[in-house]
Amino acid sequence: MLLARVVGNVVATVKDPGLEGRTLLVLQPIAPSGAPAGPPLVAIDSVGVGAGEEVMFVKGREAAFAFLPDTVVADASIVGKVDGVAGTFTAPSPAAPPRKHK
Amino acid sequence: MILGRVAGSVVATEKHYKLEGRKLLLVQPLSLEGVDRGELLLAVDGVDAGEGDRVLVVQEGRSASMVSGRLESPLDCAVVAVVDHLDLK
Repeated sequence: MLLARVVGNVVATVKDPGLEGRTLLVLQPIAPSGAPAGPPLVAIDSVGVGAGEEVMFVKGREAAFAFLPDTVVADASIVGKVDGVAGTFTAPSPAAPPRKHK
Repeated sequence: MILGRVAGSVVATEKHYKLEGRKLLLVQPLSLEGVDRGELLLAVDGVDAGEGDRVLVVQEGRSASMVSGRLESPLDCAVVAVVDHLDLK
């Protein structure tokens, strides 16, 4: 899972039946400082969040689990609204670790 | 699994019902030498780890769900052990 900020939403009239009635939001992944971290993506909302809010999201096969027993075609789902982050963080290093399937 | 260091925690009151009551940690991946590498991971805590602990992290959904105790949770990352020490030959 990763942190992100909601920066927009997507409207799509023609879509897979598995996306009917779902909210598609544009996410910008962020570091704990709030600085952008990586390319933006579109995720499906399972919580009820809005523009500008900090969220947590899950990528991959598990993204679809957020909507069980419904079958939703999702590879990224918002699963929480972030109230706060605590900790001691160093600046990100350029070399990302390999991420399985992601 | 990878080695990491617990860098912090995240509070999220409103979250998916299968994540309710679960502690969320931000984990900094580490090299074998203990040097930070790559982006932070947001993981569910299975072993009551705390900030500064060196930990083992699984990046796989079924295992993360097992740690959380609720199968088919929308999770892809979990802290599964606190590392006491690491012997490199």
